[in-house]
Amino acid sequence: MNADARAPQTLAQKLIARACGRDQVAVGEIVTCGVDLAMFHDSSGPRRLQPMLEELGAELWDKSRVVLVMDHYVPERDEDSRRIVRIARDWARDQALPHVYDSQGICHVVVPQHGHIRPGMLCVGGDSHSPTGGAFGAYMFGVGSTEMLGVVVTGQIWLRVPETIRLWWDGALPAGVTAKDMMLSMIGRFGMNGGRYQAVEFCGPAVTALSMQERMTLSNMSAELGAQAGLIAPDATTAAFLAEAGVPAVDTAPWFTDADAAFELHRFDAAALEPQVAAPHSPANAHGVSRDAGTPVDVAYIGACTGAKLDDLRAAAQVLRGRKVAAGVRLIVAPASLHDQDRAREEGVLQALLDAGAELYPTACGACSGYGDPMGDVTVISTTARNFKGRMGSPNARVYLGSPYTVAASALRGCVADPREVLA
Amino acid sequence: MTHRVWRLPADIDTDALAPGHAMKHGIDVIAKHCLEAVRTEFAREVRPGDVIVAGPNFGIGSSREQAAAVLVQLGVAAVIAPSYSGLYFRNAFNLGLLLLTCAEAESLQEGEQVSLDVDQPAVRSADGRVLACEPVPAFLMEMVRAGGLLAQLRRRFKDQPDKAST
Repeated sequence: MNADARAPQTLAQKLIARACGRDQVAVGEIVTCGVDLAMFHDSSGPRRLQPMLEELGAELWDKSRVVLVMDHYVPERDEDSRRIVRIARDWARDQALPHVYDSQGICHVVVPQHGHIRPGMLCVGGDSHSPTGGAFGAYMFGVGSTEMLGVVVTGQIWLRVPETIRLWWDGALPAGVTAKDMMLSMIGRFGMNGGRYQAVEFCGPAVTALSMQERMTLSNMSAELGAQAGLIAPDATTAAFLAEAGVPAVDTAPWFTDADAAFELHRFDAAALEPQVAAPHSPANAHGVSRDAGTPVDVAYIGACTGAKLDDLRAAAQVLRGRKVAAGVRLIVAPASLHDQDRAREEGVLQALLDAGAELYPTACGACSGYGDPMGDVTVISTTARNFKGRMGSPNARVYLGSPYTVAASALRGCVADPREVLA
Repeated sequence: MTHRVWRLPADIDTDALAPGHAMKHGIDVIAKHCLEAVRTEFAREVRPGDVIVAGPNFGIGSSREQAAAVLVQLGVAAVIAPSYSGLYFRNAFNLGLLLLTCAEAESLQEGEQVSLDVDQPAVRSADGRVLACEPVPAFLMEMVRAGGLLAQLRRRFKDQPDKAST
């Protein structure tokens, strides 16, 4: 079939068709795709994969396509975490893995910053926030460890070609309103399974205007929408980010949704969006910040792949520069990667946060996963992605989710606060 | 054979099934904490062959497959719910746990005895109602019957080592 006779395709269909070696694919088909990149971390990776690989007597299909990141159990705090991280390090050495990032930051941020995820690829990650890779125009989704075993011994994975739900944002975001607020509002509207494990695609002028890291926040929280993938058509912004990451001249041209393709469309107005807060215990419990404003908080947490990238740290510093957090409130900052922490230091962003009273935590998943620095029976406002009961440690912890602006403003006021009042 | 129903609400997430604080341990320990924040007695009192009947969005959250493995460990025969997290759905079948997607699941009661017709698939309630479930692709049913993806890979790699390099 020649290209002209091809039925209109969504970005998701084009990416999957390439990965399974076809001209086109139809929604609902189950296809087997070749995997371009398999990413996993110390928790989902070696400690679970190694025993199964040994049992099978199987080898990795292609070490150059495997990336291992130590981010969940570092820095090691007890004998169990030391054991888990030791397994990862020993295995990486035994396998002579070429791509290992140990204690460099969180996989969803570190891996793109090293240029591993590029437009047109099909990638899997051993973590539910793997849709972050969709911000680069790659079809990337999360899988469990056993499925990852299947990938690393065969180089393949099955997929049901998804429907595409386009989330179109017109207008421009007001000052103090971010990609995180866009996501919380959409999760509040559609619910945590509103994505129905289909592909969502973020588009429209307000999305195109976002920085690469803000786009990553959208794709990242596609997980909380229940989508399999959260795609953004790559463009000059994508190419510029990848060039800085050492990947010159990526071809972004083929990767877009045809105008006459079949998709579900929802339109939003960025200009009308106010800062959003999700109250305990669900990201879908999201509303404009005014509903929860005034609720006292004990801890303000700026961390995670979702909310502690350089752009997030910059946003927090914009609120906190020259000010002090409220008495009795702990402000914790755990940058998402060493790279971002270094840049924040160079720009004076980190100092502004420290001067405001922030405690600097390691560049790791930390309290977000409840693995590293679990929270006690406290009320937290956090830039992370999830506020399930017990997620950050104690089942009695109450976690509110917001943007870095909102979390920083809440740290200043000692209660959930609207950042626009501070920025004004 | 009938199965005793454990009735759970909607939106049971992976942190509820496999709490983060227990994740550093093996599956036997994680299983003891399964659903501790939702039904404290569950891990202690669940018996092999019991089924979970839940509201929509079962398994939302993390990719941690321990959230499915704990139910296999505890002998849960199947989960019956109107909808699942897609990632959990994949993990469950990979681990050999049968999930049945049943629009009327929530009409089933705590403690009632149900029977499963896996081939249809359908659930028969204690009062004789037949609740239809969405069809499961044949290759996934095969995977569950084999005991999960690892069992299938074992067959492919260990029992037929000549295929391991293909």
